[in-house]
Order: sequence, then C-alpha cells, then structure tokens
Amino acid sequence: MSPEHWTRPSRADAHGHADTAPAATSATPTREQVIAGLRATSEGGADLVQLLTPEGQRVTHPDFDIDVSAEQLRGMYRDMVLIRRADREGNALQRQGQLGIWVPLLGQEAAQIGAGRALRPQDMAFPSYREHGVAWCRGVDPTELLGIFRGTDHGSWDPHETGLGLYTIVIGNQCLNATGYAMGQKFDGKVGNSDGDASENEATMVFFGDGATSQGDVHEGMVWASVYDAPVVFFCQNNQWAISEPTERQSRVPLYERARGYGFPGIRVDGNDVLASMAVSQWALDEARHGNGPLLIEAFTYRMDAHTTSDDATRYRMDDELQAWKLKDPVERLRVHLLREELADQDFLDEVEREADELATRFRQFCFDMPEPPPERIFSAVYAEESPVVAAQRDDYLQYLSGFADAGHDTEGSVR
Amino acid sequence: MAAPTVESTGSETTRTQTITIAKGLNMAMRAAMERDPRVMVMGEDIGRLGGVFRVTDGLQKDFGEHRVLDTPLAESGIVGTAIGLAMRGYRPVCEIQFDGFIFPGFDQIVSQLSKMHYRSQGRVKVPVVIRVPFGGGIGAVEHHSESPESLFAHVAGLKVVSCSNPVDAYWMLQQAIDSDDPVLFFEPKRRYWEKAELDPTTPPLSLGSSAVMRPGTTATLATYGPMVKTCLDAANAAEEDGHELEVVDLRSLSPLDLEPVADSVRRTGRLVVVSESPAESSITSEVATRIQQECFYSLEAPVLRVNGFDTPYPPSRLEEGYLPDLDRVLDAVDRSLTY
Repeated sequence: MSPEHWTRPSRADAHGHADTAPAATSATPTREQVIAGLRATSEGGADLVQLLTPEGQRVTHPDFDIDVSAEQLRGMYRDMVLIRRADREGNALQRQGQLGIWVPLLGQEAAQIGAGRALRPQDMAFPSYREHGVAWCRGVDPTELLGIFRGTDHGSWDPHETGLGLYTIVIGNQCLNATGYAMGQKFDGKVGNSDGDASENEATMVFFGDGATSQGDVHEGMVWASVYDAPVVFFCQNNQWAISEPTERQSRVPLYERARGYGFPGIRVDGNDVLASMAVSQWALDEARHGNGPLLIEAFTYRMDAHTTSDDATRYRMDDELQAWKLKDPVERLRVHLLREELADQDFLDEVEREADELATRFRQFCFDMPEPPPERIFSAVYAEESPVVAAQRDDYLQYLSGFADAGHDTEGSVR
Repeated sequence: MAAPTVESTGSETTRTQTITIAKGLNMAMRAAMERDPRVMVMGEDIGRLGGVFRVTDGLQKDFGEHRVLDTPLAESGIVGTAIGLAMRGYRPVCEIQFDGFIFPGFDQIVSQLSKMHYRSQGRVKVPVVIRVPFGGGIGAVEHHSESPESLFAHVAGLKVVSCSNPVDAYWMLQQAIDSDDPVLFFEPKRRYWEKAELDPTTPPLSLGSSAVMRPGTTATLATYGPMVKTCLDAANAAEEDGHELEVVDLRSLSPLDLEPVADSVRRTGRLVVVSESPAESSITSEVATRIQQECFYSLEAPVLRVNGFDTPYPPSRLEEGYLPDLDRVLDAVDRSLTY
C-alpha cells in the first residue's frame, strides 16, 4: 500500500459502504503506517541522526559528525545531571505544596542541552515552557524558573541580557515572535557576513513540541521565515505526547518532513543523544547565521514524566512504552560512554553528584525563602507609560486594604 | 539615531495645507520613518499597491522593501512577527486590511502583545502599532464594516485610540508610533477622504486626551471615530431648534479620558453616547457607567446610548438603518431633554 493511498478517500458504493477496507484515520495508524516510520518507530526511523547509541557506543554519521573533546562531553554530562536534579526537585516541591505546578523536563535533557550548548551568546532562543535545559545553557539559574510555578511572577529573567525569551504558555505563539526577531537580525545585517564580521553573525532558535506543530502560528512562522530567509532554527521536541494525544493525532507524516513543504531542510535527530542534538543544532545554527535559514530540527525524544504535575499519564499510555524509552535514557547513555571510553572516572561522576546535591539544596531553600509579592505588584508595569485607570485602581485597592485591622502585617513566608 | 521629536520632519509638513485623513496618516508614517530608522511598516498589499485604501501609498518606493514589507496573507503572522521585530528594537506599524480580518491576529494581540511588558515587568517593550480601518457605511460585503474596538479596550496592556479627522490622524499616529506601549489605532474608513486644514506648527493634544469639538449647553454628545462627524452634523441641525449640543471626541478609548465629558455633563446635565459598534459591554457602556458614577447629582436624565444593534453587521443594503445617523442621535437627545 503506497503512502498516497492513505490520503486518498476510498470510493463508497451506493449504500455508503467503502468498496475496500476503510482508510486508516491518522489517529489509528495501520501497520504499514507504523512501519513507514510515523511514531511507534521507537528507533525514529532510518533518517534519524545518531552519534551515540542507546548503549553509549559512539557511531559516525556521514553528514553530521562532530569533534568534541572529553571535557566538552563531561560538561554536557554535568549539564544534564544538574538540570535533571533541579527538575526532580521541582516535581517534589509541587508535591509538597511549595509550587502550584511543575512542568517536568525528564527525558528531554539531551535534546535541550545539545541545542542549548550549540547556541552562541549573541544568538536568541525562544522557549515554550518546558525548556529548563535550554534556560540552563543560557545562564538562567534554575531558581529563576521557580517564580512562574510558585506564582510569584510570570518570568524573572531579562530576555535581552540572557538571550532567552520568557516562557510562552500559549502553544506555538513563540514561533512567530522568534521569526520576527530573526527577521530583525537579518535587517540589522547580522546574517551572512564573511571574514571578520562572521563571528558576529546571529541566529534564533525557537523551541516547541509535537503538539504545537498543529497550531497555525507554527505554520505561519515557517511560511514567514522561509519567504524572508530568516535565520531561525525551528527546534521541535517530538516527545511523542501532547498531554494525552499521541503524535499521530497531529500528523500523518514524520514532522521533520514538513519542512520540505516550506522549502527548507528538515532533519530528524535522536533527541536522547546529546552529541547528535548538538551536532545537528550547530550545523543548523551555522547555516542560519550564514544566511541559509530557516531550518527545522525534529528532536525525536520522549516525555518520561507526565505533561505537568497536574497530569496523570497512566490514563492514556502504557507503562511498557515508558520502560522501552528508559533503555534509551539520555543521561545514562552518556555516562556509559564516558566510562567505557575512559573519558571520565568515578571521581568525576561523584563530583557531579555532589554538585547536584548542592544545587538541589540551594533550589529548595530558594523556593522556601521566596518573598510573597506585595499587592502593588498586581498593578505594576502593565504599561510602559502608567495608565491612569490602572493607577486609580491600585490606589483604591491599597486604600481598601489599609482599612483592615491587620493592615501592614508582614505576611512574608506565610505560605510555609 | 535621531531623537523622535515631532518638529524635525520634512518640508512637506511645515506648511499649512489641506489634507485628508488618509493623507494625514500617510504623512505621519513618512515623518516617523524619516525621524527614526527603526520605524517600519508592514501588512498585506501595503507596499507596491500602497494599501487597499492607498494609505501607505509611495512609502515602499521611498523607504525600500526592508522598511515597508508586503507580508504573507496571515494576520497572526503580521502581529506575531511584529512582536519579535519590536523585541529586536524595531517599531513596526502594522496594517490590518479590514476590521473583520483582525481576528486571526487576536491571539497574538491578547496573549503576547498586550502582556509582554507586564510579564517581563518592563524588561521587554513591544512598541507595535496596529492600524485598523474600521466601521461601516461603504457598501461592503461581510467582514468589511465592523467596529471591534471594544474587544481591544477590554484587554489590559493595550492602548486603543481612534482618530476622527485629518489633523488628529496626522498627530495621533505619530504619537502612537512614539509610544513604548502597543497601540490599536482605529481609522474611520468611510471618512478617509474628509478634508481639513493642517497647520503643523500647532502643537497637538496628547494621545490619551479627549477633546471638546464643539461647545454647547443643552446636552452633551460623547463619541469617537466616524461618529464624530455624525454628531457634529447633528449638533448643527439641533441649532435650528435652539439646542446647543456639546460634542466631545473621546479619541482615546483605552485609557478613556472622561474628565472633559464629566465637566461637560456637570454643565449640561444630559449625556448621549454614540458609537457604531454593538451596544452591549462596549465603549458606550463604559462611558455611561463612569459618568453615572462621576456625575450622579448633575444628571437630569439617564445617560442614553445610540449604537449599532447587537446583531452581526447586516448586509450593506440595510446598513443605513444599522448605523447611527443624525436622526437617531437627535431622537436620543429629544428623549433626554423630555425625560
């Protein structure tokens, strides 16, 4: 059965009965579709770029090989262990009532650290809301993520200073904002320079998930990026699940193949392989900086935890799927590789563990010590130029509050 | 980069001349682009064609394709990329071709544009202007005659303004472009060709102010956009009956500047609020509520409203009945006076 057959409606007889077997819907793939590499291909299909096998064995790739030093490898291992620890602490803090919600990163460390370490300081990254690993690479401390999930702010870091936009919760919106930013980089003459100026070339990378690919904004972002040759790399983390909906509810074709329709390259990389994720990201960002953007990377990975701490993944997916992906754990894969190739010793691993413990302690303590935002904060910075309406409402509300008997009582830390 | 001072514009804008609203808007964008290289204009058919209403005529020829962008046909894309460009330091002026086409961009306007400054606590500014030709009266097909301004005035973080005449068109658009806040700029499309004298040496009102367009003592009319002319015509007609109607052009719909309206109502005791948009939960509702709060003891009659109806915009052969006109305005004035 050819792929074209799946998209062709089957003929129906006078009674409305199909004259052949009913065409598969995209939600229930046929065996042929599965074999053709849509989703349940736990290996990601023949086009998957991989440099480190799940068993931690270094393999080569004809197009995307990369030279990394032992130190770089150890650094990426450290990145992944530390951000995973912060992520687990985030989950725990939510369970203990310290956070309203946490969005787990578990399983996507390699995709995010690989991409994040490929970015240069002058580049810009636009995250969705699960990009704790990217934030780490941009120098945003994990403690700076806590305000969003504790409810003390909507994002505490400075996008201009860090080169990381604020977390974007409406699915796919950031793809257009990133494309516009990348157009600006191009209009500023920061793309395609050669010789001395080449080191100042810039690119933008935007992060989104498999679910987001169904959003109009992602489509429009790709249309705009292509017609304006914007230096943007679309980095799609296909973690197989959009809350409860599997990838085949979003697409009939492997996601990376969509790029062809927009006229730019699409690459599927093993998102649990930090080395391949970095190699492909470096290549794509370089292409963009040189004026050959946009590009699409589909990082084929797996969301090993629930969508958020409010979600219950056992309602919609089988545990054996998770068990299968645990065998491809991104952190374990690099650890095995480091040990097998004698690129790191036990002392190094122990030292990283000690650092992770320290980070966990600091992360938790920071969360406990976070001050409650004062009521004035409701009204602050709604506009660049203060609105008389908002100012009047603020003054009225503060006046109203001051009428209570316990007005002025210090409520700091009361949540504990 | 030159400081954005409104005096330092080209020779065209230093002499008194007769202009239309469309011309005033064009001159405003031209002046802003001459002053500040980060100002850019983007939208559908605005470059080579000069816009379907020709408001951007000649800008692409003079400023180039990188500052005057003919965009793909996607309103979310226009707003969403304008946000990114603004984050990069540009000051995009977007044109939405018609009022009824803004809704694909509504998500980016409400979810990102309006909230970026608040979310980042002022670290990220998004000085984007979205120009929207709005209102009916041009005999158009569906989606080309709507008045969606109240939907945007309801959104915190947006400024919403509407010009009613060529002089305001010229100044208010420049002020909107200079603003560090996002501005929804509603242009009364059926008045695009109305003429007035522009003396560029007369300093403008601030963007957030309302203005008394005609003084009066009998009753107050508060309105904006295309209905300002309707209300001024009504005031002229009422003069024959010995009624002196004061007409206030609200100009800024968010934030509202209601002090001039309240001052007026304290003198006249009667207020009629006029708008083409549907009445329920609209700008006119807000004006009525707040004036009732501010001027309770001055009011001689309930605040009355003259709006379009709470229906979708009708087929154009019926729009004359849908749109408030001189007679409906004067009927409301009579009801107020005889209350």
